[in-house]
Amino acid sequence: MERKIAAGASELPSDREGRSRRWWRRLLQQRHLQTMALLGVAWMFIFNYIPMYGIIIAFKEYNIVDSIANSPWVGLDHFREFLQDDELGGVIRNTLGISFIKLLIGFPLPIVFALFLNELRSVRFKKTVQTISYLPHFLSWVILGGILATWLADVGIINNILMALGLISEPISYLAEPKYFWGIVITSDIWKELGWSAIIYLAAMASVSPEQYEAATMDGAGRFQKMFYVTLPNIRPTIAILFILAVSGVLNSNFDQILVLRNSLNESASNVIDIYVYQTGIQQGRFSYSTAVGLLKSVIALVLLLVANGVTKKLNNTSLF
Amino acid sequence: MLMLKRKTRGEAIFDFVNALGMALICFVTIYPIWYVLVNSFNDGTDAMRGGIYWWPRQFSLDNFAAVFRSEGIMMAMGVTVAKTLVGTVAHVFFTAMVAYAFSRRGLIGGKIYILIGTVTLFFGGGLIPTYLLIRDLHLLDNFLVYIIPVLFSFFDLIIFMTFFREIPEGLEEAARIDGANDWSIFLRIVLPVSMPVLATIALFHGVYQWNDYFTGMIYINNTDLQPIQTYLYRVVAESSSNQMMAAVPGGVTRSVTSQSIKLATMVVTTAPIVFVYPFLQKYFVKGMMIGSIKG
Repeated sequence: MERKIAAGASELPSDREGRSRRWWRRLLQQRHLQTMALLGVAWMFIFNYIPMYGIIIAFKEYNIVDSIANSPWVGLDHFREFLQDDELGGVIRNTLGISFIKLLIGFPLPIVFALFLNELRSVRFKKTVQTISYLPHFLSWVILGGILATWLADVGIINNILMALGLISEPISYLAEPKYFWGIVITSDIWKELGWSAIIYLAAMASVSPEQYEAATMDGAGRFQKMFYVTLPNIRPTIAILFILAVSGVLNSNFDQILVLRNSLNESASNVIDIYVYQTGIQQGRFSYSTAVGLLKSVIALVLLLVANGVTKKLNNTSLF
Repeated sequence: MLMLKRKTRGEAIFDFVNALGMALICFVTIYPIWYVLVNSFNDGTDAMRGGIYWWPRQFSLDNFAAVFRSEGIMMAMGVTVAKTLVGTVAHVFFTAMVAYAFSRRGLIGGKIYILIGTVTLFFGGGLIPTYLLIRDLHLLDNFLVYIIPVLFSFFDLIIFMTFFREIPEGLEEAARIDGANDWSIFLRIVLPVSMPVLATIALFHGVYQWNDYFTGMIYINNTDLQPIQTYLYRVVAESSSNQMMAAVPGGVTRSVTSQSIKLATMVVTTAPIVFVYPFLQKYFVKGMMIGSIKG
């Protein structure tokens, strides 16, 4: 109340003084809160903002001896080098290829799974299916890589079965052949995340009012029609938002996954942009060059996010921001 | 469904096929894990013949005995347990503390603080600038590299803040009249009533800590400090399983092979998560929803 009156009145010097004194008193009162908040801000400054400043080495020739600030500027040399690199074509093909197939198959599958799971009549069975389908999400890619290596080994279960069926005469070393790599990556990713990705859709479906289904039943709609004309339109905003995020992430191959599954034999199919950044940066120590490649990727990803956001906003009236 | 009409034949077929399909998905999800499990409980040399699909053919605990006798594996396990416990407690406490402060109305600078955080959701330094920072902070080959760089997450802060804002203000007012300051309100009132959200974030971060192999791979050279996932990565990806045999001291019986030790280590590494997560399911489903709506 008091504050309101003070703000309404014309500012006399004594008023301003009183305000500043009140501000200091308020700050003093919340000194504990400010301590907590500033600890967080300090952490973000060190671990988020200092690395952002470090990006300038993409435009410099950084070496271990000089500090970031003292390294000489080289302009866009590293970007030019990357665009002329022989590996560029393969890196782009692998990154976009894997991502687009994942988007094409891996994005709609959880929606279909959630739609059918939602139709299960027994609540207990539904819960059980959910619990089981979430499980692989909690396994690390290292463990899953171990499982895959066991399954796909020369004496593994896949080769055993295919040979028993007479479909192949010699065991195939799946992880050693580039042509199988994309298939392995996409299948194992779907296996791991199918149930987990469905959670959000299931939550959205749970909030659809039963009256809508009753009305549809009255109109003589069958199960498929209800799924298609009642459930699906209701979860459209959720789908739109997840689609924006998926599109903006097309340059993000699943780094953890590919790092585990790749090897020198399948390199021509497994060298994606994140792996390239890791190899040139950490393994070869080309700090500036690797940062430049990573920066280029982030900028494109940000543009994609904005474009996807704009397009869905136009088409669907739903957007992330 | 309030309809009391009897199911039509088409409906019945739909339900049956749907249930069958779901059962099949469950089988496909569980079986690869089951396969590893039964093979790890089988005699290693015998398992090399293949064909163990449903149940161990020659039941044996030797693989597990070898795992628990291996100093390297046990050391790595210890690092993982330590980083998961310390890392999770520290992350949840620190992030919740900052979130509590950010969520108070009238916090001077609150809007700016939140803006500073929101920027971090969209921009980051990337691999190399982060690596250089970690190096300059002398966190290479240091246990704290598992804790401090992931002490805080603005994304988790948003989830906490959403929850904290719903706590009735009367609760806090009453404590303030009794002379409690912000620290004791946070510790004695806010934290105890926020158990569901604390459990959610603890689970997510705990799983991250338990499963993360990359930190141990790029920041740690000292093998005494590598977590079990990094250890396994080196065995699986660099397929240097002989190293695993070498890690098992003396009394390795003939029945144990590098492959069977690998499987047993995978089982030991995964077991804690598989046992814990069904109990926490109701929490993380809720947490996922808050996170997805806000994020």
